[in-house]
Amino acid sequence: MIRRIVRFLDQRSGTAPLLRKTLRYVFPDHWSFLLGEVALYCFVLLVLTGVYLTFFFDDSVARMTYHGSYAPLDGATMTHAYASVLHISFDVKAGLLIRQTHHWAANVFVAAIVLHLLRIFFTGAFRKPRDLTYLLGLGMLMLALLEGYAGYSLADDLLSGMGLAIGYSVAMSIPFVGANLANLIWDGPFPGSSSFWPRLFIVHVLVLPVLIGGLLAAHLVLVASRHHTQFKRSARESERRVVGIPAFPGQAPRSIGLMLWVFAVLFLLGGLVQINPVWLWGPYHVGDATNGAQPDWYLGWLIGALRLVPGFDLTIGHYTLVPNPFWGGVLFPALVFGVLLVWPWLERRVAGDDAFHNLLERPRDNPWRTAIGVAIVTWVFLIFVSGSADRVDVLFGLDYATQIWVYRVAVWVVPLVALFVTKRVCDELVAGERRD
Amino acid sequence: MRPVVRLVTALALLLLLPAAAAAKDGRGAALYAANCASCHGLNGQGVATPTPGANGVDGQGPPLRGVGARAADFYLRTGYMPLANPHDQPSRKHVVFTEAEIRALVKSVASFGNGPPIPTPHPGSVSAGQRLFTDHCAGCHQAVAQGGYVTGARVPPLTDATDRQIAEAVRIGPYLMPRFSTKAITPKQLNDIVAYVDYTKHPDDRGGWPIGHLGPWPEGAVTWLLAAAALVAVCTLLGRRLRA
Amino acid sequence: MTRLKDWVTAGLVLVVGRGGAPKPKQEAPRIVAAGTPDRHAENVVILLFLLATIAGAAFIVVYALDRLSHQTQWLGLAIGAAFALLALASTVIAHRLVVTEEITEDYPEESPAAQDEIEQIVEESGSRFTRKRLVTVAGVGALGTIGAALLAPAASLGPILHTGELYRTPWRRGRRLVDEGGRALTADEIEEGTFYTAYPEGADRELIAAPIVVVRLPLAEIRERKEWAPRGIVAYSKICTHAGCAVALYRKPTFAAVEPRPALVCPCHYSTFDPAAGGAVLFGPAGRPLPQLPLSVDRTGHLRAAGTFSGPVGPSWWGVRMGKARS
Repeated sequence: MIRRIVRFLDQRSGTAPLLRKTLRYVFPDHWSFLLGEVALYCFVLLVLTGVYLTFFFDDSVARMTYHGSYAPLDGATMTHAYASVLHISFDVKAGLLIRQTHHWAANVFVAAIVLHLLRIFFTGAFRKPRDLTYLLGLGMLMLALLEGYAGYSLADDLLSGMGLAIGYSVAMSIPFVGANLANLIWDGPFPGSSSFWPRLFIVHVLVLPVLIGGLLAAHLVLVASRHHTQFKRSARESERRVVGIPAFPGQAPRSIGLMLWVFAVLFLLGGLVQINPVWLWGPYHVGDATNGAQPDWYLGWLIGALRLVPGFDLTIGHYTLVPNPFWGGVLFPALVFGVLLVWPWLERRVAGDDAFHNLLERPRDNPWRTAIGVAIVTWVFLIFVSGSADRVDVLFGLDYATQIWVYRVAVWVVPLVALFVTKRVCDELVAGERRD
Repeated sequence: MRPVVRLVTALALLLLLPAAAAAKDGRGAALYAANCASCHGLNGQGVATPTPGANGVDGQGPPLRGVGARAADFYLRTGYMPLANPHDQPSRKHVVFTEAEIRALVKSVASFGNGPPIPTPHPGSVSAGQRLFTDHCAGCHQAVAQGGYVTGARVPPLTDATDRQIAEAVRIGPYLMPRFSTKAITPKQLNDIVAYVDYTKHPDDRGGWPIGHLGPWPEGAVTWLLAAAALVAVCTLLGRRLRA
Repeated sequence: MTRLKDWVTAGLVLVVGRGGAPKPKQEAPRIVAAGTPDRHAENVVILLFLLATIAGAAFIVVYALDRLSHQTQWLGLAIGAAFALLALASTVIAHRLVVTEEITEDYPEESPAAQDEIEQIVEESGSRFTRKRLVTVAGVGALGTIGAALLAPAASLGPILHTGELYRTPWRRGRRLVDEGGRALTADEIEEGTFYTAYPEGADRELIAAPIVVVRLPLAEIRERKEWAPRGIVAYSKICTHAGCAVALYRKPTFAAVEPRPALVCPCHYSTFDPAAGGAVLFGPAGRPLPQLPLSVDRTGHLRAAGTFSGPVGPSWWGVRMGKARS
């Protein structure tokens, strides 16, 4: 039976040799090597659930008066887009499950990418010959942030509408060309013309998924072609020989199992834990706002930055060189991604190391990289946390204005401290091992 | 009953009632003097500059002339008052007074000039209330009345507010909250707002565990502390660990 | 009949028959390492598959039901459980029912020989060119320009060059202020301690410059642009000059001696504006004061705009201080 299928395939495609090789492709075995796959399976589920949602979503900002199933919004003025999301949530059977699973999958997708990125960075997996693979991965991270933002903004609810206004302001804040760019994207001043929503929709359901899919395919091809990095566990692993589990039969049930676990977690969340209940926020109107509005978690670092920057537009005479949101909304993420993007080359130049690296380092084995990485993570994380200072005031009574001042100092001081402490810890750990 | 006994009983009641009333008034006045006067003045005239009080705190407070039973009822039943320190933000606290004491105090404060009575809200429209609440209230109190922050103060959630307290607060504008008279929010509109706030105490949560109705903040917490944690655990189950 | 019996027997054998090791076709050397059977693990996997089947069926049943309360939760539980059970089965298979072999392979290296040959092919192919650099420059110029040409229609996406619209507002002298319901506002109904949202009569209220916030302060407390505040009534754009959220919070003191002064606050990043001082920024990241709209009271007592905003509405951009707001 198996023979017949394989023969059929090989006769028509000639892929038997490739398949034979692929079946015994070597996977080095460590739990942290599975994090990228978690992201992959989230993406698969995002596409599947996303397609389903497109069968019901209406990308029109034409206004209407709602008289649907959700009574508290009866008589409310809203866009067709928002009404269609209400329809999916209340009238389409399993619609809410799919919608919530989709949104949870987006949140977990970015979390998995971040965990995967941390693993790649702190073990030095980005080094030659995998620096291109790493760049593709960073590209996917940037696109995933945009994709998630576009996705949850499509519902046109009060919360995400406020977020879009902020996005518009960030675009406007780019020196010289910001207004031109914002005008282009929105087709005029905010909230934009009736073309903007179809534009946002196509970007979210076609342009970005295809781009991410393309980068993903290239990323996976490169990973496979260069083979996966490995930790040196014994004498057998080396820069020349990779040791691990074959794809078939060993790795297959693990990977398939991981996919099934990811689906399980996401569907359980999608059914059991409410996410983005847009009917409670109400539709977006330019003149409305709600307290406690936050972006989805992966943009929390930006709201923190926007809140920390002191209130000034940088002007020269009548020229507004740098409107305020630029520092936190554009320069900050550009810096972080910029450093991440050039890191492989930076490290090569500083270390004078141009060789291939197939063996991974434990974080402690490269104290400077680990220390600087921890410092950067601390910097971003503190800024991220500062975005919740108002919540902390409400919960614990710590004055918001005071917190902002503390953060303004802490986000520079604490990473430096973390840098030196981490370097020291790494050195001590390695010295301790050498003694034993 | 024999007529004489009836007459004596009636006379006794006639004499005692005013006394009882006077005792009640006296009780309110006594309570007021003990708990409120150091900040609000013995006759509700207010204390403009900090004046050392009996309880060791410098008393300072706005006048209560004309605030009526409405304000007193609100501030006392929520526990906003008495306030230990005039610089603190009033917040919902355990009420130390008994029902009788509150009534007495309310009567006492109401006696400081003609003020509005305690309002009685009626059933209203949740959908009309949703629109009104989003317009006038959500900026501070959040779309589903979970509260939040305004520069310089915490905005309370409305989960514990009774219908009457909601109506009172809208009219009074306690602490830093703006006030809305019947011109700004008609009685019918107020009923609608009350109906909506009541709805927010048990809103439609058909999506599952509502995690506080606070939006992306708890959603992010679930993403990392539940989902990511579970999936990392799954990875350690499926893959090997590195033994040093 | 015999046929049917054969099928039934075959079915029974398939389900309950004793499994045995498959017979090797020939005596080829093993590629995959042999492993010992684990019937207990097999039973666990079969049980898990069975449970997953039940969970999957449960999903279909729950889906088919109408008017089931908490349907989303039951659906999620059913399909989530189905996947989890399958995942568990897969995990058991991974750990107990397939061999975990450890094999090795070579890491690939670069191929300098092929690289050389590619370079050679390309160079030799150019043997007929005499002025390679010139041709290349001309070609790059042509391709580059065509690329730019293909990108040019992207400019139709929006008024990329005309940012003048950003100064426009639907407010002009004489425009009446109306509330949410379209009713014109009178000066008398504006009370101290309250805040009101107003829109320009007859205009689209979803324009960014449309919503304004109106408050009344004691005339003596107004420190700037007193002429714009008839009877102490002031109006400001409701759109924050920091990042475009609606300034929907109004803070008013009950006891001014200890409480902060009246302020308009934005809920996004807490930019705080002083309505008594021309919308000056008191706190927060806004770089510009809130644009103020001058008001007048007409003969019938209704509020009207007495002109247009003191500055452009909304978040800042390069030219925000280079022009005035215009109707």
